[in-house]
Amino acid sequence: MNLCQTLNNAMDIAMEKDPTACVLGEDVAFGGVFRCTVGLRDKYGADRVFNTPLCEQGIAGFGIGLAVAGATAIAEIQFGDYIFPAFDQFVNEAAKYRYRSGNMFNCGKVTFRTACGAVGHGGLYHSQSPEGYFAHASGLRIVYPRGPIMAKGLLLSCVRDDNPCLFLEPKVLYRLGSEEVPVADYTIPLSKAEVVREGKDLTMVAWGTQVHVLLEAAEMAKEKLGVECEVIDLRTILPWDIDTVATSVCKTGKLIVSHEAPQTQGFGGEISSTIQEQCFLNLEAPITRICGWDTPFPHVYEPFYIPSKWRVFDAIKKLSHY
Amino acid sequence: MLSSRVHQFSRICCVGARCVAAASRAGYATTESDAFRLKEFSEKYLHGRKVSFTENLEFICPEKVPVLPIYRVTDTNGEIMDSSQDPHLDKETSLKIYHTMSLLNAMDKILYDSQRQGRIAFYMTNFGEEGCHLGSAAALKNDDLIYGQYREVGVLMWRGYGLEQIVSQCYGNADDLVKGKQMPMHYGSPESHFVTISSPLATQIPQAVGSAYAFKRANNGKIVMCYLGDGSASEGDAHAAFNNAATLRCPVIFFVRNNGYAISTPTNEQYGGDGVAGKGAGYGLYTIRVDGNDVLACYNAVKAARELAVQNKPCLIEAMTYRVGHHSTSDDSTAYRSSEEVKAWDVHENPIKRFQTYLKKNGWWDEEAESNRLKEEKKHILKVFLNGEKTKFLHPAELFEDVYDVWFFLIKTKPSCCS
Repeated sequence: MNLCQTLNNAMDIAMEKDPTACVLGEDVAFGGVFRCTVGLRDKYGADRVFNTPLCEQGIAGFGIGLAVAGATAIAEIQFGDYIFPAFDQFVNEAAKYRYRSGNMFNCGKVTFRTACGAVGHGGLYHSQSPEGYFAHASGLRIVYPRGPIMAKGLLLSCVRDDNPCLFLEPKVLYRLGSEEVPVADYTIPLSKAEVVREGKDLTMVAWGTQVHVLLEAAEMAKEKLGVECEVIDLRTILPWDIDTVATSVCKTGKLIVSHEAPQTQGFGGEISSTIQEQCFLNLEAPITRICGWDTPFPHVYEPFYIPSKWRVFDAIKKLSHY
Repeated sequence: MLSSRVHQFSRICCVGARCVAAASRAGYATTESDAFRLKEFSEKYLHGRKVSFTENLEFICPEKVPVLPIYRVTDTNGEIMDSSQDPHLDKETSLKIYHTMSLLNAMDKILYDSQRQGRIAFYMTNFGEEGCHLGSAAALKNDDLIYGQYREVGVLMWRGYGLEQIVSQCYGNADDLVKGKQMPMHYGSPESHFVTISSPLATQIPQAVGSAYAFKRANNGKIVMCYLGDGSASEGDAHAAFNNAATLRCPVIFFVRNNGYAISTPTNEQYGGDGVAGKGAGYGLYTIRVDGNDVLACYNAVKAARELAVQNKPCLIEAMTYRVGHHSTSDDSTAYRSSEEVKAWDVHENPIKRFQTYLKKNGWWDEEAESNRLKEEKKHILKVFLNGEKTKFLHPAELFEDVYDVWFFLIKTKPSCCS
């Protein structure tokens, strides 16, 4: 299954097992602009898979309200770039619902899915990775899978998790390649990173599409420099798995953090600062961030904007003989 | 208005004749094309509402659209104006409404003063709007879910949310149901089916719609009541909610307290049209404007709205009232309005006094009993207040609780390799 089919399969399982579960958003009824919700309306009915008016703050508020009333809500924001009208509902409402009510009310049953990241030609408003903006809002879970197998397990975990979740989908991977995804119902734990490649010389952390870029760079580093990189997929941005990253950095002594979003105030800064505090005595080189530039996401210059494997490889080279 | 419509129809008739002539000359039927498009526009674009073409270049002039009338049951003297509109509330219900309004008013005075003395951090009174709270609350079922803004505590009191809980919340002490996390006035209670208040205005409105949708699917016969102010109605979330409620046909009532001011901003700087109710039909909401100082009008409107809402016909009620108190204890309203204006409302258009005269007419009100009750009430409030003041706070570690469903502290232990 490719990523789209996997997400569809995860929602199918979630809806089959939970009769309160609804899928809503702009254009989800006919199957979604990325075809992630194809067939669900026919299978579960128009009252469970429905279009909303074109209004992100309305979708967010509506999803929260469903969850407050005890229903499971899987709400789609068409592109991560258009999530900002709902920022208030996410940050001031969803994230703080349980806390501010002394746990009398919560919206733990809501999950927001949104298509994120570079896609080759998305320009300013079809390419962004907004995880950094939301990582400041305690109370939210932010999850960013790297491929179909992960996406299914993580999405099912989000849907069933008792906290409001923001599930960011790397849209460039929607149809790019497929994996053997188990058809059974399974979950993958949240707030747990995964070591996807072991190595002793240098740790690299990323999420989403960027994990694949790091894996390619790690392969190049092995071939050309003889450097063994450990690659970690963070998977959950908030609350993130400090232990797995710190343990790896204690072993390797070096860290590269890489993400598509701009560097300044990106989540890489948080990782870098925390690891510096945790692993000060073990660090043998400055923690390095390879990120998008501090510009809006450009159209024709995308190849020069993204933190490509060449930029990562260059950083590995510099760090290997620091 | 009528004459312009007649004019329009006559134009359509002549144009129709001309079209037929033109169509026969051109060899195709414009009338068929017109019929096709009108059918499409009507069915697909306009929810089946009939639409016609016009060759009359005429804008709808907002000032010429009839202003929605204000529905009332009693006049200022508590006299029922049209006996067919009398809801015939029984004595017990009427007195409960009256006593709750009176208690709310007495409590507001004490808590307001206590803030002025620096004993609680913040307070917002409900002066002048007590009728909206109690008239509407009494018309709902007690397990209908309520989302509020912040000036609706009378609704909670109607449902048995006690003085002790109100005072504890204002102090943020160990008995506060929201555990000292929020500012005073941010009440909530699952027992009272009242979702915890939050400060960001209007955010509750689309949430109320989502909850209403969940009730519709659960087919549990419940509806959702959502209160907001005239200022909140300007937020994008209000637009989102009205639209969502209508398109997704949710069992929800929007109850707007139009009290003339959003802090210092008068309503004529808040909207350019016929108030908030003037927007209702544009969204496809069943809409009414009521006299917010008339308990019985609020009661009747909400009761009727509930009947519609339960059939998945969302409603908008705009209750016209006046904010007699300051916006909050952080506001001195004399900076932007005259005390004469305030006094005029307080003395002549007071919802509590108006309901009192109604009770008198029914022989349910007795001056001596009232005076004794008020004394007792005040004593009781002070006692509860002093108890609340003496109650300790929760342990400071509480500040870390309930961020997530399980306790999360990011840095659990230092990795063993880091000494």
